[in-house]
Amino acid sequence: MRARLLEVGDLHAYYGKSHILHGATFSVGEGEIVSLLGRNGVGRSTTIKAIMGDVPPKGSIRFKGEQIAGLKPHQIARKGLGYVPETRDIFPALTVRQNLMLGEKGGKGARRWTMPDMFGMFPRLEERADTPGGVLSGGEQQMLTICRTLMGDPDLIMIDEPTEGLSPLMVEHVGRLLEEIAKRGVAILLVEQKLAIALRISKRLYVMGHGKIVYEGTPAALEAASAIRKEWLEV
Amino acid sequence: MLQLVIFSTLNGVLYGMLLFMMASGLTLIFSMMGVLNFAHASFYMLGAYFGFEISRRLGFWPSFFVAPLLVGALGALVERYGLRRVHKFGHVSELLFTFGLAFIIEELTQMFWGKLPVDYRVPPSLDFVAFRLLDTTYPAYRMFMLLTAIAMFVFLLAILTRTRIGLIVQAALTHPDTVAMLGHNVPRIFMIVFGVGAALAGLAGVIAGPALVTQPSMASSLGPILFVVIVVGGLGSLQGAFFASLLIGVVQTFAVAMNYSLAEAFGANAPPLLGDLWQVTIAQLAPIIPYALLVLMLILRPTGLMGTRET
Ligand SMILES: Nc1ncnc2c1ncn2[C@@H]1O[C@H](COP(=O)(O)OP(=O)(O)O)[C@@H](O)[C@H]1O
Ligand SMILES: [Mg+2]
Repeated sequence: MRARLLEVGDLHAYYGKSHILHGATFSVGEGEIVSLLGRNGVGRSTTIKAIMGDVPPKGSIRFKGEQIAGLKPHQIARKGLGYVPETRDIFPALTVRQNLMLGEKGGKGARRWTMPDMFGMFPRLEERADTPGGVLSGGEQQMLTICRTLMGDPDLIMIDEPTEGLSPLMVEHVGRLLEEIAKRGVAILLVEQKLAIALRISKRLYVMGHGKIVYEGTPAALEAASAIRKEWLEV
Repeated sequence: MLQLVIFSTLNGVLYGMLLFMMASGLTLIFSMMGVLNFAHASFYMLGAYFGFEISRRLGFWPSFFVAPLLVGALGALVERYGLRRVHKFGHVSELLFTFGLAFIIEELTQMFWGKLPVDYRVPPSLDFVAFRLLDTTYPAYRMFMLLTAIAMFVFLLAILTRTRIGLIVQAALTHPDTVAMLGHNVPRIFMIVFGVGAALAGLAGVIAGPALVTQPSMASSLGPILFVVIVVGGLGSLQGAFFASLLIGVVQTFAVAMNYSLAEAFGANAPPLLGDLWQVTIAQLAPIIPYALLVLMLILRPTGLMGTRET
């Protein structure tokens, strides 16, 4: 069997002494949109940070068949993994254009995304290309962060709660951007609170509980599994 | 009087630009790594000695280019194999490391070149009078120093604001983790900044050496002034360091030039209190001025002229 794009096996992670991830196992295929669901504080962000090398991981993380656990974040990014943190973290003093430029890794060869692509999808970013990123609205900053990561041409992009705090219109924009990303062959690992959007765009979903994966299924299966939703998702 | 103003302004700006060549690196390194590099002035001194040694063998112009590169390479090595390893033990360890390094460099310099000043002279090609005003002349070498410092400043600004690596440096100043997640090797950027900062200080040493005195104490006498500059300017702020450098350069140069005592200023009205204190001249007070500014700044405006963080 061919290795899947990302294969995480028995992943543990700690903040100091507190044990947060207790052996999470899951995978993402090429060009696939996969959501990681769960209640707040369950360890979804920690999972992504551990994959990215921001939190020291224990266990196996294979990307394109290669073990990446233990590498530094910039090395992991250069293998083709993109990360959009929930804190967004644009560079507030730099302009929109400069923010996007910083997403490029400076390698050679054809890339899936160019600056005109981004501006084509979000005319708003082009209008504000020369204003500092710090003055954009929350939704615009979210777009900017996602676009900045895309400029590095990742094969898998991990996006943490992109619709948090956004207006319904902006949520819609983000949803469409995610579908566009997948259409160009980039896989997505999405952490999302809003069940509706996750169910609409994902191919598969995982539910996390107590630092492990407690359920895996398709959107249709999860919609049918009301006991699972009640136990692990609804508040 | 007009002469005094013109020449003191020129000299003050020159001194200020030299300070900035060192303070710029120091403040950038501080913003990135959060460590005050006590050895920064030592790179300036090494620049002067390397400049002396190379120009003695190969002439001034080769040394003008080679000496700063050598100092920069040394700086990069210090970061890569010294500071980076000490980093995990915290800022106090880093501070002590740079402190120790400054002493080692001073001792080694004495071992190689002796305690007395070395004979590092203005090169003949630049040893002429640039212009004459009334009965005073201004040496061409000083104009050369000024132009070099200005060219360096423009070059640095262009790199920081116009190039990709400059953007990465700017972003890494505030968000190093985010920059790393975008695939940039932040430790390597730190090493480059440290190396470039050391090279700039080295260049300042190469050009200042012939005009001032090249001796083993030149680092320890300049180091404290550099700290004053970056604190007054606001730690981590390049613009702040620029204005503070000029301010301190000009103020100190004027103070040195003014050989008046308070007694003369007050004339016969000087109160008979405090005795000899009235005989102290402004020139005698000059060395204290930067530190007085430092103390006042910390009391009145702890973030410095343009800084955002408390010192
Ligand atoms: N930097 C940190 N230091 C210590 N504990 C943390 C830190 N970040 C998160 N945690 C804890 O780890 C657990 C999982 O957090 P997180 O992965 O952010 O959850 P989620 O993203 O699923 O809401 C929470 O209990 C949280 O309090
Ligand atoms: Mg989270």
